[in-house]
Amino acid sequence: MRKWIFVLLVLSACRKSGTDSSSSEATHVTDDTNQSSFYLLNEGNMGLNQTSLDEFTGPKGDYHLNIYGEINPTIVKELGDVGNDLKIYGNKLYAVINGSDRVEVMDKHTAKHLGEISVRSCRYISFYNGKAYVTSFAAASGSTDGSGFVAEADTSTFQVTRTVTVGRQPEEMAVAGSKMYVANSGGYTSSNYDRTLSVIDLNSFTVSKAIDVAVNLHHVKTDGYGNLYVTSRGDYSNIPSKLFIVSTATDAVTDSLDLGVSNLAIQGDSAYIISVQWSNTTGANIVSYGIVNVKTKSIVSNGFIQHQAITTPYGIAVDPVTRDILVTDVKDYLLPGTLYCFDKTGTKKWSVTTGNIPSVITFIQ
Amino acid sequence: MKQTSLIISFILLCLTLQAQQNDTTHTLQTITIFSARPGAITPVQTLSGKALEKMNSLSVADAARFFSGVQLKDYGGVGGLKTLNVHSMGTNQLGVFYDGIQLSNAQNGTVDLGRFSLDNIEQIDLYNVQKGIIFQPAKGFASAASIYLQSKKPVFQGAETLHGKASFKTGSFGLINPAVRIEQKLSSNISAVVSTEWTHADGQYKFRYRYNDYDTTAVRKNGDIDAWRVEAGIYGHGKDSSNWHVQGYYYNSDRGLPGPIVKGHFENGQRQWDRNAFLQGGYNKSFGKYSMQLNGKYMLDYVRYLDTSIVTTTGPLLNRFRQHEYYVSSANQYRIKDWWDVALSADFQVNQMTAVNLDHFSIPTRVTTLVAGATQLHFNRIDLQGSLLASIINESTKRYTSGGNRRAYTPTVIASWQPTASPAFRVRAFYKEIFRMPSFNDLYYTTTGNPTLKPEYSRQYDIGGSYTKTAAGWWQYFAIQADLYYSKVTDKIVAVPGKLFRWQMQNIGLVNIYGVDAGVQTSPRFFKEIGTNFSLKYTYQQATDNNHQQIVYVPLHSGSFTTNLSWKAWDLNYSFVYVGARYYGSANIPEYYIEPWYTHDLSLSWHIARLKLTGEINNVFNQYYDVIYNYPMPGRYYRITASIKF
Repeated sequence: MRKWIFVLLVLSACRKSGTDSSSSEATHVTDDTNQSSFYLLNEGNMGLNQTSLDEFTGPKGDYHLNIYGEINPTIVKELGDVGNDLKIYGNKLYAVINGSDRVEVMDKHTAKHLGEISVRSCRYISFYNGKAYVTSFAAASGSTDGSGFVAEADTSTFQVTRTVTVGRQPEEMAVAGSKMYVANSGGYTSSNYDRTLSVIDLNSFTVSKAIDVAVNLHHVKTDGYGNLYVTSRGDYSNIPSKLFIVSTATDAVTDSLDLGVSNLAIQGDSAYIISVQWSNTTGANIVSYGIVNVKTKSIVSNGFIQHQAITTPYGIAVDPVTRDILVTDVKDYLLPGTLYCFDKTGTKKWSVTTGNIPSVITFIQ
Repeated sequence: MKQTSLIISFILLCLTLQAQQNDTTHTLQTITIFSARPGAITPVQTLSGKALEKMNSLSVADAARFFSGVQLKDYGGVGGLKTLNVHSMGTNQLGVFYDGIQLSNAQNGTVDLGRFSLDNIEQIDLYNVQKGIIFQPAKGFASAASIYLQSKKPVFQGAETLHGKASFKTGSFGLINPAVRIEQKLSSNISAVVSTEWTHADGQYKFRYRYNDYDTTAVRKNGDIDAWRVEAGIYGHGKDSSNWHVQGYYYNSDRGLPGPIVKGHFENGQRQWDRNAFLQGGYNKSFGKYSMQLNGKYMLDYVRYLDTSIVTTTGPLLNRFRQHEYYVSSANQYRIKDWWDVALSADFQVNQMTAVNLDHFSIPTRVTTLVAGATQLHFNRIDLQGSLLASIINESTKRYTSGGNRRAYTPTVIASWQPTASPAFRVRAFYKEIFRMPSFNDLYYTTTGNPTLKPEYSRQYDIGGSYTKTAAGWWQYFAIQADLYYSKVTDKIVAVPGKLFRWQMQNIGLVNIYGVDAGVQTSPRFFKEIGTNFSLKYTYQQATDNNHQQIVYVPLHSGSFTTNLSWKAWDLNYSFVYVGARYYGSANIPEYYIEPWYTHDLSLSWHIARLKLTGEINNVFNQYYDVIYNYPMPGRYYRITASIKF
């Protein structure tokens, strides 16, 4: 009898195994030392608190996986759940953590935690004139149909100073001049998606107009010609995904391209587009790529990657210096993803394993 | 001195072996809490009323932790969802039967075992393939594994016509749990029983997370539950040895759904209301060589779900689901010879579901027809059973695309034999093919449903043995079972997550399962006045997907150990459950690794006349652990129960 008790006590004591601290790993991925350094945000699956931050150091050609926990070991629950956006402004790095209701603010060079901007169900971030602007899926106070809002926050105190109500479940936004254009998805009510792009006058911080575009809007990107490229995700059944061009001079839709778009990155005159569309007929995803010339507003190519199959392309970014194209592959959303680097001719340079659902890349300049 | 008595006892054992095999269950119950089942043709594990009483378990899910070969998914707390998965085949492949009739849920295909309190349960049997009898409804052949819950039937001694039991449980989490049960003998042939229970808990408990340089504790919120159950039954038997019963069951609950613990969200605003009622009955009669069994059931289920964080154009997300189920079954057996039986069973079931506020829901109706033909050969030392199940499913929807009709013919072959002269030792083997239909959620749920889904198919191979011995002398009862099995599940239905609104159910899974289940139960009587029982279970399970990775939440090693001591009016129970390391992601990498967890539970009870008092300390060493990643389980917690029989 006594022997049993001893065995059990020993068993209960030795519950030490697995990882009980973060450790980042560095992989040397390239000998090309001209590439720009960047941070990559891995979204992580919902409910798993899996958001992580990776870093690529250009001069060394090293890729560092999961750096946040090691740099900030005292922060409870690390970065959080479902990271959605990542941007650098001034000397700070901002990571929008949708599932943890906050924007994590870090030092641009060291990724050390500086503070947080509290915004419930935050989605994307933009900046203007020293202030940060964050879209939120949470219902604005007083709204009865679930309309969301954009929060304005001070970038030194991290306090939210004002909010303005926009459309339902606002996603990405872009700043052109002193105006901010917010894409409203309306995704919480899939029988009635929102169709509008809210125009905010940043001086008065009020909504001046709502432009009707298409259902379930997502991305908004500026080009060098005063136009916005706005994507619609469609309704996943009858209405397909499509790309729209909005003029910021007239605040109206000027063109549309029959191109399904999951994500895009604009560099110079080229908009690099990745598209993953579910087909009910084949029961699988259809993956395609394209390049749109933003000066002529036309599709000039239907591919920019040579000899590399990517299961589910998700994030895309173009190196502002070398014009290398970075594309992430989220695979089946459950396994760790892969980051691919292609040169501007589409030839693969290197690839590396990332965290879960590698999503957004922001260059350190 | 002890050694000599050991040798003498051993010799006595061998000599009295043959004679002891004819012990009835009645005699067995005085010497062991375990059920003997020496001739079990298929692997079965039983928790009898006596064993259940001694265990620190509130619900069937808690008790099921002690079975080998199972994985329990527990989302925490009194009201948290608890589902059982046998041999890693998937929760939906497990059939749950209440008094012989299946409790099904066409909506999500699972049964929350946390709802069935042990207060009214007489026995729980877990069958790895199916019950080893051919005289059963066709449903009995239609699951990869089945768990049979038997409710307490009215039993009267001598001249008594009315008796009952009242109990009250309280303890941690703000638990208040009174229950009353009354049995009445209405006539010499008819008896009735009514039982009712209320469970209320605030569900709050401390939990702790340690990682890197932080160590944080918080309190689990929004895990409260308010649940009420009423059951009534009438049991009758005729002079012609026929018997019949009618039962009614009603369950009503209101609970908070605590959600995963992630940064910034230690609380969640989701709530669920459930109302479930069913009426079922059966009739059994034998006419010489022919026996028949009729069963019928009507079930109504209503669920209301609220999520305050998702605000739609009509306010916070509120979904309402309603299900109706109609079921009839006819089972027939004919004894052709003393050693040869044949059986034919037919079941017919209709499931309907509607949903309010659920975009794009198809409003399905599923008509299931099951016909099973089986035969059984019983020789001196060999038992053979073969059955063929025909499943015909017709599905239609009021809107959009229907899941399509399915037809399948699945066989099962079972063999059991006694290789030596001793009936205590038996070897068994089986082969079974079965499938499971996608649930209504899999097919039709808003944007995630996929009406083109195919059913999951499984094939199981098993070989095992058991040795059961009861004897006079100090070593009264000893039983050992071990089974080696291989199962393969193809077209496994898996949710593939995407962005916020875009998950999809797909048939992309393949699982290969290799496992070993072993168990030892013994009831030695070291001292005349002290009854002791020991049970040790161990499971090894290697369940890999098409990438040769161990699938989520399946541990390689798991097991349990229970022991209890009875001395006069006192009962002491100790239980230990161990679940080995698992992964919460589909790649077996350190990022997805979850530590093993184990708990030690203690309970002490005392009875005098008609009163019984029990005190429990659960998770004695206050281990903080998660069964499901980010759903923390309580540390040390307590319960006190007082019950009176009248």
